[in-house]
Amino acid sequence: MLKTGARLRSQVCETEVVVVRAGDAETALHCGGHPMVDLTASPSEQRALDPRFASGSALGKRYTDEAHTVEVLVTHAGEGSLALGDVALERKGANPLPSSD
Amino acid sequence: MSISLILEMSTSGHPDRAAVTSDGATLTYREFADSVARAGSALQESGARHVVFLGGSGTDQAALLFASAYAGIPFSPVNYRLGKAQLTELVDRIDGALVLVDPRYREAVSAVRAVVTGTDEFMAAVCARTAEPLPPADVDPDAPAIFLFTSGTTSAPKGVVLRHSHLLSYVTGTVEFGSATESDAALISVPPYHVAGTGTVLTNFYAGRRMIYLPDFEPRRWLDLARAEGATSAMVVPTMLERIVRALPPGADAEVPTLKTLSYGGSRMPRPTLEAALAAFPKVGFVNAYGLTETSSTIALLGPEDHRAAMESADPGVRARLASIGRPVPGIEAEIRDPAGEPVPAGEQGELWVRGDQVSGEYMGAASVLDDAGWFPTRDLAYQDADGYLFVVGRNDDTIIRGGENIAPAEIEDVLVAHPQVDSVAVVGVPDDHWGQAIVAVVVAEGGADLDQDELRGYVRTKLRGSRTPDRIVFRPELPTTATGKILRKDIVAGIAATAGNGGEPC
Repeated sequence: MLKTGARLRSQVCETEVVVVRAGDAETALHCGGHPMVDLTASPSEQRALDPRFASGSALGKRYTDEAHTVEVLVTHAGEGSLALGDVALERKGANPLPSSD
Repeated sequence: MSISLILEMSTSGHPDRAAVTSDGATLTYREFADSVARAGSALQESGARHVVFLGGSGTDQAALLFASAYAGIPFSPVNYRLGKAQLTELVDRIDGALVLVDPRYREAVSAVRAVVTGTDEFMAAVCARTAEPLPPADVDPDAPAIFLFTSGTTSAPKGVVLRHSHLLSYVTGTVEFGSATESDAALISVPPYHVAGTGTVLTNFYAGRRMIYLPDFEPRRWLDLARAEGATSAMVVPTMLERIVRALPPGADAEVPTLKTLSYGGSRMPRPTLEAALAAFPKVGFVNAYGLTETSSTIALLGPEDHRAAMESADPGVRARLASIGRPVPGIEAEIRDPAGEPVPAGEQGELWVRGDQVSGEYMGAASVLDDAGWFPTRDLAYQDADGYLFVVGRNDDTIIRGGENIAPAEIEDVLVAHPQVDSVAVVGVPDDHWGQAIVAVVVAEGGADLDQDELRGYVRTKLRGSRTPDRIVFRPELPTTATGKILRKDIVAGIAATAGNGGEPC
């Protein structure tokens, strides 16, 4: 079960994320075709990047599922792409406010 | 997870981009992050449990903010304008503090119990450090990141606790990561002890926008530095903006061609100052930012398009928005409530309550003031128009009750400050046997003009009804304010009471 504020890492690339919205999704967050693990956990070594999930994650961008139950912020970019189970997450558009302080 | 994440992301995203310019020297994100790791390691080795910073703004202040997070201890920038006794009392309330002080303020903390080190000595040692940096501390997002002391315009300064989670929510909720271009640069003139002094470091680092520090504000230097460094944005408090406009020849363009946005906040903006500034910076987008220390800086803003629409509209309701604080930022809910706590309809005045992940509402040594559902009372009197624009009328505590009628000083101040011979004004309530409170306007005349109290009262009477016309008008050479331009109303009331007690000034 996802938790808001949790920090996760990919097992097959450099991608790191922080969970902004955990929703009630029971499906695990994936990156590069494999489940993401806690930032402090060691990734298992035998895994390889799944070419179906290799379009990359972009630093500082938010990704969400179609129903917007889950949202993550990429804190370190990597080669793998993010998915909820095997459904790819979509990158959210920017909605910049003017600088205020 | 801590505010260190902001620096880590910027350093991995654009390590060789210019991050901060201070005293003519510029550091890249990588260079700055190296300095933070060294300073953070030195703080861990020092055994300090809290960093107190007494000094001006600049690279050291920004580095020590992140270095404290690196060491997993809170950072408290304190006000160098406070007297020795008040500073001693304040610093002695903090356990396990290491006080880092600019040499010029050393005497002010000579009586504190904590260890005191010069910021220059500390940073020199950090620079000379050859040991490998220690790993950053593992920080709970709910641990305190900074303690900021409110300006205390109505009571003794209170220490506001802002946790890493509050600041991260504010930054990631209102700023798009890396949204600045390489040529963008923000000119910073707010002092470190103001919430915007911390907010500006975090939001500009997250946006990837270079910061240019001007530690001791002076209008000509602000203009010169903005031109020399090619500033594209700046934040000022209203008194700074007024001084900038006055430093220009009448009607002249400020001629800072690179400037794209100018944000203002920290206290109420007098309408004549805003209009003069809009004329002096005709191509600049203005941003009115409203926030409190307790809300991790900005919670509502009126953007450039809103300013433009208000200026150009024939609709009085839309024109009035020039005095609005705009609409809540993403992640913030706002509600106007009556004294019984019930929400009021659009257009009606009440207290502004806000809720959101960036809202702390927590003070040192006191319980949270949030209600059960997480709402924070701002103590600001406000109303909201039909389109959701918020208008702050004044501080709840400043409301004058004259003959049972509630009167917001701002309404009378707005009328008086528009008089061509009035420079600035504060309206306060003073005890009165007949009315409960009488309305006194304290006026600073433009260029020392000789103003007549009856003529000024007559002027107000043409704009407002009799019960809102000041009972007395007194003239003063200046108004007491904090360094960031907030009027010290309690000092004004005390001054008037003292004068009356002496049987002095007839009014």
